[in-house]
Amino acid sequence: MSAAAPVVELKQITKRFPGIVANDAISLTLEKGEIHALLGENGAGKSTLMNIVFGLYQPDEGSIEIDGKPVIIDNPNKAIELGIGMVHQHFKLVDPFTVTENIVLGMEPKKGLKIDYKSAAEQVRKLSEQYGLQVNPNAKIHDISVGMQQRVEIMKTLYRGADILIFDEPTAVLTPQEITELMAIMKRLVAEGKSIILITHKLKEIMQISDRVTIIRRGKVIDTVKTANTNPNELAEKMVGRDVTFKVDKRPAQVGTSVLKMTNVHSKNKDGVSVLNGLNFEVKAGEILGIAGVDGNGQSELIQAITGLRKIDSGSITVSGKEIANLSPRKISEMNVSHIPEDRHKHGLVLDFTVSENMVLETYYKSPYNQSGFLKQDVIDKHAEDLIKQFDVRTPSIENKARSLSGGNQQKAIIAREIDKNPTLLIAAQPTRGLDVGAIEFVQKQLIAQRDQGKAVLLISFELDEIMNVSDRIAVIYEGQIVGEVFPQDTNDQELGLMMAGSLKQGGKAGA
Amino acid sequence: MHRLKKIFATDSYIVPIVAIIMGFLVGAVVMLIGGYDPIAAYSALFKRVFGSPYDFGEAVREMTPLMFTGLAVAFAFRSGMFNIGADGQVLIGMTAASVVGIKLAGTPSFLLVPLAVIAAGLCGGIWAGIAGYLKAKRGINEVITTIMLNWIALYLSNYIVKHFLLLKGQNRSVDNPASLSMTFLNSLFDNARVHWGTALALCAALFFYVFLWKTKQGYEMRAVGLNPHAAEYAGMNVGRNVVKAMFISGAFAGLAGAGEVLGVFHYQSIFAASPGYGFDGIAVALLGLTHPLGVILAAILYGMLTYGSAGMSFGADVPPELIRIVIGSIIFFIAAQGIVRWVLKPFYFKRKKEKVL
Repeated sequence: MSAAAPVVELKQITKRFPGIVANDAISLTLEKGEIHALLGENGAGKSTLMNIVFGLYQPDEGSIEIDGKPVIIDNPNKAIELGIGMVHQHFKLVDPFTVTENIVLGMEPKKGLKIDYKSAAEQVRKLSEQYGLQVNPNAKIHDISVGMQQRVEIMKTLYRGADILIFDEPTAVLTPQEITELMAIMKRLVAEGKSIILITHKLKEIMQISDRVTIIRRGKVIDTVKTANTNPNELAEKMVGRDVTFKVDKRPAQVGTSVLKMTNVHSKNKDGVSVLNGLNFEVKAGEILGIAGVDGNGQSELIQAITGLRKIDSGSITVSGKEIANLSPRKISEMNVSHIPEDRHKHGLVLDFTVSENMVLETYYKSPYNQSGFLKQDVIDKHAEDLIKQFDVRTPSIENKARSLSGGNQQKAIIAREIDKNPTLLIAAQPTRGLDVGAIEFVQKQLIAQRDQGKAVLLISFELDEIMNVSDRIAVIYEGQIVGEVFPQDTNDQELGLMMAGSLKQGGKAGA
Repeated sequence: MHRLKKIFATDSYIVPIVAIIMGFLVGAVVMLIGGYDPIAAYSALFKRVFGSPYDFGEAVREMTPLMFTGLAVAFAFRSGMFNIGADGQVLIGMTAASVVGIKLAGTPSFLLVPLAVIAAGLCGGIWAGIAGYLKAKRGINEVITTIMLNWIALYLSNYIVKHFLLLKGQNRSVDNPASLSMTFLNSLFDNARVHWGTALALCAALFFYVFLWKTKQGYEMRAVGLNPHAAEYAGMNVGRNVVKAMFISGAFAGLAGAGEVLGVFHYQSIFAASPGYGFDGIAVALLGLTHPLGVILAAILYGMLTYGSAGMSFGADVPPELIRIVIGSIIFFIAAQGIVRWVLKPFYFKRKKEKVL
């Protein structure tokens, strides 16, 4: 790094929202050619800060300098003009358009009145070569993989002349192989003189790729450290504010009888496309079965089939020996099946209900909550009070709306409700998605505690680390089928990654 | 006391009040621009409403159907639906009350009146339930079906009156012997057409509150209204709740029809166009923030303004249509709460500063 002015310098940025200070005098410098990671829990203020840099918010106090010159970034166009590009977590692409069309959208090269796609495609091809992105300029977005789509997003920023790239949680949707490739691309980008801000809460990636890390907690900068001089434990501690253990402590599983058994389950979606293709597996009492797979290979449909939200066309699903296929969600729930849903806002909670009301979402109609059609509010409130104490759900009161809770506390509330049902089968779909280290630790401990009590736990997760750490057995799902079952101690990320990508069938032996 | 404080502390109560004041101010500005005296106009308005027992009774009469249709729209709204068809449901309720009252004329009054009222509620509910059923089973948006059903209701009602209940040579039905009028109050209100429908509307509001917030069924409907996905996940039957909620909503509107036919006119006209109670009900529901107590208060305000507007033209020579501007601006300010909050901001700021000191 030279003595030249940093490419981006944030000075004492403060941003207040009603009731909270999202950014409290944050200062940060990004040197030319560096990968600077921004680490923090949910709600720590990372996104707010980056939205300020990208011109979506205005800071209440503080200033921004680009290449040593003070600037005011009052809208994203200004940010782009200044050479700032953002790769969003949720891609902003037009699916039926080609790669080239998406990249030039809004800045099309023209030949008279017509858009000059030929030269556009040529430009895209050149960019792709320069940075080793290997994107086919003429492919349609819906035909290419998620990893490729992300590269299109990167190229969009490069095409607009970005020198400063902000990556917002870029690895959340990628397979392990794609993550490795993304890392290589980022290295190549900085080698070509770009500078990168990487927002993430995955410590492994930070250790692998970043030059420096800035840790933010509750809107304040806790520290900025050189990656080479730190370790994951130290980072986690700084992020959460206390000691965090990564190793999930668990005793060997005491496996009992079979609880959930899926035999040759088939299901088609609305368009007649087969989403579950003869699925077979079982979960036994006292074990956690982890389902590993890339998003969109039938995980959601699998959960919907077990919980009664989706009809299956053929096959059988039994819980404790009783057939439950195509029963109503309530009937299945009454057979002691609990479900921590994948999307807590869509399925898990009625956000505008109070915490108290949400705690009885599946049991409100039963005694003692319901007496001859009338709800016993005092009993419901007492129940909620007990649960939030027991599971440490932080809310000002049980009268607050679920919407006002943080993501981690919302998830805790759901887990409290589901575990309180005392299930024989607990389905946990991406239970730690979007949560920070502290909350993840809590959720995983709860799952293991359930297993230790002899419950059968089905864990669906896109996080390989979680699958490896928490599961007693791993089944890999690919295109609606279980393509292999392995034990976590006998496998590694590489092998699982290949199985998840469909290039290795029936686990155990590598080399397909 | 603590509870009372809490109520007044939340700005959900302050905003509508400020919105109403701002609505009156906008109306005043328009009057000034038009060269009218707003103070004279508004005092004429209130004088008209409170000036004589007869007028007060008539103003109450004006409010009653608005309470019902406001509750109807609000109830559907709480269950996640937009019932634009309260108008048609009122008409169906009227027709049902007419048919029962006239065709069963021999029945003793203590049986006939409840029968006619129940028929009105039931038929209004079924009429709305059709839209609920189509939404639940076929996924058709209730906004479209309820609007279509309004027209069907209008022509169906006219057909029934014309062919089965017509008073020869007139454009209305024969007299309806079932009466909801509060005749014992005649001397008190100088023969204003006050009727039991008003009391029924207040009971309906109470039912609305208890049902939605205290019962198992109400819990389900609110869950379905706020998040149908979570309701389904939790094992609730979303479709059945949609139909039920529309039924109850339509029943409220149907009762409005019973009040009009049995309490006010004692016969049913052949309508050239729909009477519009349902559409006013949407405004009342919005004004009342879809809460039963709010709806009742909003209906009182709306009824007073509508009835009093006649006094404005009479007493101050201000066109009564101006009151529509007042009502329109009040609804605008309630819908665009941001503007009201912006107006209130300096006050809030001051209060906060005081707290700090």
